[in-house]
Amino acid sequence: MALPISYNIRNLKLRKGLTVMTALGIALTVTTAVFLMALLAGLQKAFVSSGDPLNVLVMRKGSVAELSGGFDAALFPTLKTLPGIEKDSQGEPIASGEWVVVVVLPRKDGTGDVNVTVRGMMPEGLTLRRSTKLVEGRWFRPGQREVVVGKSIHNRFSGANVGDTMDFAKGQWKVVGVFDSGGTAYDSEIWGDVNQVAADFDRQGGYASAYLRATDAVAADALKHRVSDDQRLKLEGTLETEYYQKQTSSGGAIKFIGMFVAVIMAIGSSFAAMNTMYAAVAYRSREIATLRIIGFSRPSILTSFVIEALLLSLLGAVVGIVLMLPFNGLTTGIGNQVTFSETVFSLHMTPQVVVTAVGFALIMGLAGGFAPAWHAARQDILTSLRA
Amino acid sequence: MTLTRFVTKSAFRNRRRSVLTVLSITFSLILLTLMMTVWRRWYIDKGDAQSAQRLITRHRVSLTQNMPVYYREKMRTVPGVVAVAPTQWFGGLYKDEKPENFFAQFGTDPEEIFKVMTDFKIPDDQLQAWQRDQAGCVVDSDLAKKFGWKIGDRIVLKGTIFPVNLELTIRGIFTPPQPSMTVYFNQKYVEEAVSWAKGRAGTFNILADSPDDVPKVAAGVDAMFRNSPEPTKTESEKAFQLSFINSLGNVKAFILSICFAVIFATLLVSANTMAMSIRERTREVAVLKTLGFTRQRILTLYVGEAVTVALLGGLFGCVLAAGLVFAIAHAPGMGFFFIGMRVTFPTFLLAVFVAGMVGLVSALFPAYHAAKVDIVEGLRYIG
Repeated sequence: MALPISYNIRNLKLRKGLTVMTALGIALTVTTAVFLMALLAGLQKAFVSSGDPLNVLVMRKGSVAELSGGFDAALFPTLKTLPGIEKDSQGEPIASGEWVVVVVLPRKDGTGDVNVTVRGMMPEGLTLRRSTKLVEGRWFRPGQREVVVGKSIHNRFSGANVGDTMDFAKGQWKVVGVFDSGGTAYDSEIWGDVNQVAADFDRQGGYASAYLRATDAVAADALKHRVSDDQRLKLEGTLETEYYQKQTSSGGAIKFIGMFVAVIMAIGSSFAAMNTMYAAVAYRSREIATLRIIGFSRPSILTSFVIEALLLSLLGAVVGIVLMLPFNGLTTGIGNQVTFSETVFSLHMTPQVVVTAVGFALIMGLAGGFAPAWHAARQDILTSLRA
Repeated sequence: MTLTRFVTKSAFRNRRRSVLTVLSITFSLILLTLMMTVWRRWYIDKGDAQSAQRLITRHRVSLTQNMPVYYREKMRTVPGVVAVAPTQWFGGLYKDEKPENFFAQFGTDPEEIFKVMTDFKIPDDQLQAWQRDQAGCVVDSDLAKKFGWKIGDRIVLKGTIFPVNLELTIRGIFTPPQPSMTVYFNQKYVEEAVSWAKGRAGTFNILADSPDDVPKVAAGVDAMFRNSPEPTKTESEKAFQLSFINSLGNVKAFILSICFAVIFATLLVSANTMAMSIRERTREVAVLKTLGFTRQRILTLYVGEAVTVALLGGLFGCVLAAGLVFAIAHAPGMGFFFIGMRVTFPTFLLAVFVAGMVGLVSALFPAYHAAKVDIVEGLRYIG
């Protein structure tokens, strides 16, 4: 027969001080783990949801990022004639030749300089990025020194409001709008006219990349291969989504450090939980013996103590998660190793993060509770009664 | 029985509990020591003397912009400049895209690079052999060991920024004071293959007269190009490296919050243990009092006990952390951030001290309660 859970709850309540302190210890570990996982989840969101599956990104063969090198502008008209590209209302294929450069801007809070991506694009570039919405002002006009800034840029840098001027490259740029791409990597970019950007960075006569809008998913895949297989072009096509997927590797360092920190802290907390549970067993050795005499079997004693440890860690998990709640949605930036600039993302406590955190805490509870529970179940009845 | 002996004896009277507590503190202290080491290396360490004498100049707009290579001759005229060597990041792939096959590849001027990197040791005959072979390269000794390279071996670097694949012959192996994960080759090789690379440099490495001259040189170089179409930004080698770390995000806040969480967790664990063990010994306290021990002395006894356990955990934690740091710093594929990292003696002492303090603070409250125990009440206590 199993012991009721209320027995365990009462026991935890009985030694409040011990329970609270052990649970707090576990809670701290859970908080750290949740923080790190939320960081990763936010990062994942910024990259994985970036890009449109119908957009084909074209770069020079061998190039791994839009930043590295470019191709001759003469190739662009050839690209536009490829079959499978969607046509706009005038019957023109939707394709945009672009330049991506990096500029240094000072942070609003004065904590140093940050690399920011500036993307020069053709007007079609706005057409093919459909999920991006203008939230303030208007789009830039071709031939003008005008820029629109992503939401994160707008929030994190001074002088990034509509009507302000920004100072980079060879002079001043007028901010005419703010756009929102739903928390993706684009939100950390500044967009302007491709010819203006190329002129300022001495990059006329070519493009770093080209974007082609495919009519549907099958066409996108075909288009990608057509670009890569064309011997004349020496270019390579990738789906925009694939390109961003690859950039998630920027979180590799965080992932590694996060796992490391969480595991070490968890081991420490498990030992602490073990201590508490051993004490719980020691205090109750006579009680356990009595339970055995009444007829509770060894397995049910074992289960009962393991459950008590799990309850303890569950309490810790709940406290830990609650402690992290105020930080949910906090934004921070990370240096992107592919674009050499900062991508902004927010802490994202997904249901998955919460579930993993609870699982993590339960593992700690199990690791800390099993040995003491085993010890409790194996106690000799007579000696315990005499104690 | 002396007091110290009494303290150590009672610290380990419940051996299992003490061992578990020590272990718990050990793991926390591993983390704390690691974090402190990283902090020291990135934010306090000034680098060795030679490194403190070097500067790096890049394009003011960003690292991804190149500068005209003739800037070099102008830089030589800045007072305090001893030597200047241009470097161009090649960023090629060796074998494949795997991170463990990643290392730094710079195109440079073989005649001058080692006059700037004065602490990189290379045998004279190897240096001359490299200077004679335009398709030659020199490699870091650690890197050579990792890939099993020998002088005369050929390596191929697949270009990603520059549309050229370099076929290089290893002409020399250099030994820097700390592993650098770097291969240097002659930039002329790239320039001959890629027309737009001609006459451009990504960064300039400058050697100054003395570390004191560094700010003056930085200001002098930047002033020289301030009004040119391509202005520069010059900073010390250390500051340049730190800018990469800062790009990882708000690392300082990150490290501090982990340290805080770890210290607090240790405090809880230690306080928990002390509370448990003192509670068990209420009767013993009463006996000690009957024997004539003062409150103060009892307080000292228990605090001493907690400090002993915490110090032991701290000591283990620091030693393990030192080993771990050594392993990380020498592991292949760990990247540039951990190069040359080690637990220094001051860090070690500080971590052990923190552990001791945690033990002290954690014991104060329970020990104070124990010291206050009424003799008659205490003797009656049955646990």
